[in-house]
Amino acid sequence: MNNLTSSSSPDSNHRSTSLPAWMRDAGPASGPAWRSGVRSKNSAVQRTIEGLAAALITGVFSEKIASRPGRLQKMDPRAKTVSLLGLLLIAALVRQPLVLLALYAVTLAAARASLVSLRFFIKRVWLFIPIFAGLIVLPSIFNVVKAGDPLITIWNFGHEVRLGPWSLGSSIAITKQGLTGASILILRVAVSVSLTVLLAITTRWSDLLKALRVFFAPRIFILILSMTYRYIFLLLDIAAEMFTARRSRMAGPASAREDRRFAAASMGTLLGKSHALSEEVYAAMISRGYRGEALTLSKFHMRRPDWLLALAAAATGAAAIGADRLLG
Amino acid sequence: MHIPDGYISPQTAGGLWALMVPVWYAAGNKVKRTLQARQAPLVAIGAAFAFVIMMFNVPVPGGTSAHAVGGTLVAVVLGPWAAVISVSVALVIQALFFGDGGILAIGANCFNMAFALPVGGYYIYRLVAARSPLGGARRWLGAGIGAYAGVNISAFLTATEIGIQPGLFHTASGTALYSPYGLSQTIPAMMLVHLTAIGFIEFAVTALAVVYLQRGHQELLARGPAAGGGFRIKPFIIGLLLALIFVPLGTIASATAWGEWSPDQIRQRLGFVPNGMSRFAGLWQGIIPHYGAGGNFWSSAPGYLLSTVLGLAAALGLALLIVKLIRMAGRHE
Repeated sequence: MNNLTSSSSPDSNHRSTSLPAWMRDAGPASGPAWRSGVRSKNSAVQRTIEGLAAALITGVFSEKIASRPGRLQKMDPRAKTVSLLGLLLIAALVRQPLVLLALYAVTLAAARASLVSLRFFIKRVWLFIPIFAGLIVLPSIFNVVKAGDPLITIWNFGHEVRLGPWSLGSSIAITKQGLTGASILILRVAVSVSLTVLLAITTRWSDLLKALRVFFAPRIFILILSMTYRYIFLLLDIAAEMFTARRSRMAGPASAREDRRFAAASMGTLLGKSHALSEEVYAAMISRGYRGEALTLSKFHMRRPDWLLALAAAATGAAAIGADRLLG
Repeated sequence: MHIPDGYISPQTAGGLWALMVPVWYAAGNKVKRTLQARQAPLVAIGAAFAFVIMMFNVPVPGGTSAHAVGGTLVAVVLGPWAAVISVSVALVIQALFFGDGGILAIGANCFNMAFALPVGGYYIYRLVAARSPLGGARRWLGAGIGAYAGVNISAFLTATEIGIQPGLFHTASGTALYSPYGLSQTIPAMMLVHLTAIGFIEFAVTALAVVYLQRGHQELLARGPAAGGGFRIKPFIIGLLLALIFVPLGTIASATAWGEWSPDQIRQRLGFVPNGMSRFAGLWQGIIPHYGAGGNFWSSAPGYLLSTVLGLAAALGLALLIVKLIRMAGRHE
């Protein structure tokens, strides 16, 4: 079964979005003017185009994985949503780094069983959020920032060192509490992001939205969510076109002032377009018989494997809580 | 400003969910009444707009760039309650599909960015813009000031939610279970950046966008305030008086109240006793342990001054909201 795991890297097969590759590359093809200025590579226009393209790619690529015949994809969206969100809550409650590590292993196994390439999964999860959490939490492992029992003493002054009104104490050390706290935070963030990503990439968004009904989300809310999701991609496209058009009209780097004006003017234009669009969509809905009540087709059926998954998730949760109590 | 899962405890996250549910309910009713069947497409596309503009990079002096939140702009155009729902929906989609901000933390993120930010920003916009003509300078100035205040209120709430974590949730040995930084660290860290940089970006972008709308789409600016009826100054005088009452309370709260109730809660939760109390008595001086007789900056005058200014901003927003609610209730009678 694992042989089916996609070996092709995600980078090679998700370029089929609206933006051609040359627009996203900051290579020489993007024109000499862009390479001369100091800001050329990091221009705000360029970065916005890249960000918008990345969001489009994420959306398209998630749908691609969601249509693979993996373990989680086959599950009833309601069972899957409840199970994964339940585990998310458990991951928020436990206090032992080891238990969090075990939960992380469970998410990796689930990803593998769902035909998600582990390389892609780990990259998608760890890039930015947990690594960022690690950077944020780093200072807190030192006794200078947060008090605790010294574990590894890095520098011993031998006397109290003062910087004006501040005292740095007599040594710089990594503390036991700081290190444990940091590993708990990073692991907890990683497990949470893993569970969220698993849910997002193994469920078609229309199914996920319908599954939210389980959590008593009002129908109108689901309707708005699904319309929003659909129009995000349209507006992303429009915005990417505006920024690309802007970039192709530029003969040299613009000043930050001009770029700010452009960002604000784009927001204004986009707002005008969005508003006109909503009027048109409303007219289209009315002419198709919409009267303010949203109706959805719901054809979910809980089958044996769905109950088994829910049971497995419940068992994992119970084991995690049990182990947490035992270790603590 | 999106809080990921893991930074705040499920207790805090759950509490903010509980706070947001009635807000969503009230906003939903309000929007339903004013927009009727039109609400779904308008709010949905407003949410899509809110989502997309959060991805715009705005150049910042110094050669780098930052993202704008844009919630105040959405509120200026759609009205505050539709903005609450639109920005909430955008945040839910960011959390569910793009992993931006946690799922358990949706309540917290919505409270900060979809409720406090657009509502605070909007009422400050109304306060400044009052009945000035749609094309006038007070409109864009008001939107800009509202955006500046809104994003700072939101940042302050975020810093507070993260900052109370180590005090409330840690093991007996003092290991933090969630974010390890206390209020004395999170508030200066967040507020310095927002008061001096990000706030001004929001100001510039929102004001410029309103100027743009004034030139080409003035009818969009008429929608929000006009739908709410005429503007009266009296409620805002009451609001200011309320703010004056809240401000000293806010100062006390930041200086002592946290230090008072934190140890109690911990004792309740963990059977934690006096030596922890002494640790927590120093919560506000905790940026550097073993501090000398000189104390440290954030427990000194500038630190308190900063928290007072922030308390004023937050309380003003809250007071304006209360006044609005009173007015709404009065209109129904």
